[in-house]
Amino acid sequence: MAEKEEREKAPKKEIVEKKYPMKEQPPAERIRNYKEVPYGYDVATAVKEAERCLQCKKPVCISGCPVEIDIPGFVKAIAEEDFPEAIRVMKSYNNLPAVCVRVCPQEDQCEKVCVLAKKYEPVAIGRLERFIADYDYGHNIAPATEIAPPKNKKVAVVGAGPAGLTAAGDLARMGYGAALYEAFHATGGVLRYGIPEFRLPKAILDQEVDYIKGLGVKVECNMVIGKIFTIKELLGELGYSAVFIGTGAGLPRWMKVPGENFIGVYSANEWLTRINLMRAYEFPQYDTPIWAGKNVAVIGGGNTAMDSVRTALRMGAEKATIYYRRSEIEMPARIEEIHHAREEGVEFNFLVTPDRVLGTDDGWVRGMELCRMELGEPDESGRRRPVRCEGSQFEVECDMVVVAVGTYPNPIIPETTPELELTKWRTIKIDEETGMTSVPGVFAGGDIVTGGATVISAMGAGKRAARGMDAYLTGK
Amino acid sequence: MGFKILARDDITSESVRMVVAAPYVARKCEPGQFIILRLDDRGERIPLTIADFDRAAGTVTIIFQKVGKTTYHLATFREGDEIRDFVGPLGRHLDVGRLGTVACLGGGLGIAPIYPKVRALKAGGNYVVSIIGARRRDLVILEEEMRAQSDELFVTTDDGSYGLHGFVTDQLKLMLDAGRKFDTSLAVGPIPMMEAVCRLTARVGLPTLVSLDTIMVDGTGMCGSCRVTVGGETKFTCVDGPVFDGHKVDWLEAKARQCRYQPQERQAMDKFEKERGLA
Repeated sequence: MAEKEEREKAPKKEIVEKKYPMKEQPPAERIRNYKEVPYGYDVATAVKEAERCLQCKKPVCISGCPVEIDIPGFVKAIAEEDFPEAIRVMKSYNNLPAVCVRVCPQEDQCEKVCVLAKKYEPVAIGRLERFIADYDYGHNIAPATEIAPPKNKKVAVVGAGPAGLTAAGDLARMGYGAALYEAFHATGGVLRYGIPEFRLPKAILDQEVDYIKGLGVKVECNMVIGKIFTIKELLGELGYSAVFIGTGAGLPRWMKVPGENFIGVYSANEWLTRINLMRAYEFPQYDTPIWAGKNVAVIGGGNTAMDSVRTALRMGAEKATIYYRRSEIEMPARIEEIHHAREEGVEFNFLVTPDRVLGTDDGWVRGMELCRMELGEPDESGRRRPVRCEGSQFEVECDMVVVAVGTYPNPIIPETTPELELTKWRTIKIDEETGMTSVPGVFAGGDIVTGGATVISAMGAGKRAARGMDAYLTGK
Repeated sequence: MGFKILARDDITSESVRMVVAAPYVARKCEPGQFIILRLDDRGERIPLTIADFDRAAGTVTIIFQKVGKTTYHLATFREGDEIRDFVGPLGRHLDVGRLGTVACLGGGLGIAPIYPKVRALKAGGNYVVSIIGARRRDLVILEEEMRAQSDELFVTTDDGSYGLHGFVTDQLKLMLDAGRKFDTSLAVGPIPMMEAVCRLTARVGLPTLVSLDTIMVDGTGMCGSCRVTVGGETKFTCVDGPVFDGHKVDWLEAKARQCRYQPQERQAMDKFEKERGLA
């Protein structure tokens, strides 16, 4: 109470209307490298930005966060220059803060509902989160994470992407012996194979994964669960008391138009995996080859399309174009990604859809035939449905096409676990509250449940499921 | 951390057999499936057919031909060395139920991947007629193993140095012309060989399964690098295959896609030879 009175008595502080800017690598320079685009705040700027926070008594920003981080708590600690406290608060909610801040659409979440945003710019919550996460990695100031006494029960987490890493980390903190199974030779899931270095440096991801391992999580790579062990075997002979499935939506969706198998047509997954996971951009120092076009067409309007097109520029494309079937305002990509792509010289073509990919006699891409679209009535997503304008077909030239029109849930586990109940979209059905599937002791979360969504929503699902598994295992 | 090579031998001047300790893969794998391996931190991921396995010993046998950087590099690995990553079993296994009389054609290195299928077909009670072929006598592999698992075995060589002078298709054609009846056939080898078999068998309406060896990255259905058109539909070799109805495969597309990294493959090979002083 005393504190409250004091605050009420304190003179109203002067409001700084805009976010303190964050320096970025200039576009002309950055399209020739894979280094991160924004540099992050320095200490002085972070403290000044943190002071902009009104420390609302009923902070709405928290409700805007899928993992409900105590945002005013860590922002206050930054303003008071108590950085160990700031990182402690953050890590008590989020196992992967440095990753999260780089991929989270803050403008649609915490910052959108910030009280300041009603009249001015919101507090730069994302930049402050990044500041404190990076500061911790530079200075190692975080107090040791509290880990509950061992519960003498083993749990298995399948898929080392954002949902799995979060679930495994939380389960380890609760005292479970957590094993994390990954099909690839490296952890991270989409954070490693999908999101490019210039958006999420692998060194940051590695540090976050090391933190998860430090909590006691045992990581097992090269394990395609469903093939090498079934879910039933994990629960049976391998002795796990519960399993979390976080295998994502890794299957590429195609346009289903003629010519899609011409050479030079990539799924966004292949294009990005060769480059990000296999480091084909360093060929021949790394063994994985890639063929990169000079005139690149990317189909789609999401973050994956932006990552693909910006990667094409860095791979030497002279012209890189986005083709999207709706208009700019319907694009699902983050505003920041679209802005960065524009700055880097990406061209945008709205209200068009490919009718066919055109090829040479020897099977290589030479262009596309596109059809113009117009917006009709809103569809179930609330966005206006694109409608074909017949007779408007025209051709464009390109020597490479990246198809980034979405993904389907990974079928390997559903196919090898027939008792799992699925939705009509082939995602796994769960109890929203607990994350449990139709099979007792088997939980799921992330893109395998929602279809392609965001990293942060997958992390939120991992968190909820960890709580659900704990409740299930302790009989609560 | 890696996967230890327990035995290694050069079965011809161009191909190597390795027995790798991979108990979990050995426990589950079935004929027709494959593994993906990566040699080291800078390595690419390449698929190789599981040529044999021993569940009790926890081993998986691979046989590979030295064709590019990764396979030449792998050939330098000795007993006791470790392969960084070795993941499987991947792909669908071959259903070897009662098929009847089966012609099994293995061309060149295709003999290695057809061997476990032949063994399974035989164990499944089928009558197996194997035809294996290579460019010359010293490149014919697994002859004794194949003979042991086949009811009849024929060998062909391109140069006539052993067996029938000609291709495996010539042997099959001789038999078909002589009125030999088969219920089904299976062909594994380079694309031109499988395509030639399919052209021949299509004429007489003999069903033919082929096992494709496409360029892959993940091997779990995520990238589509391995896509192939079968019966007008796009299929992924890694999860829908690797075995397909050969009469429905778009061979022209498959050939073009298989060659798409040739310049890079040459570049990687040149670099490797220079580094190893092989050039």
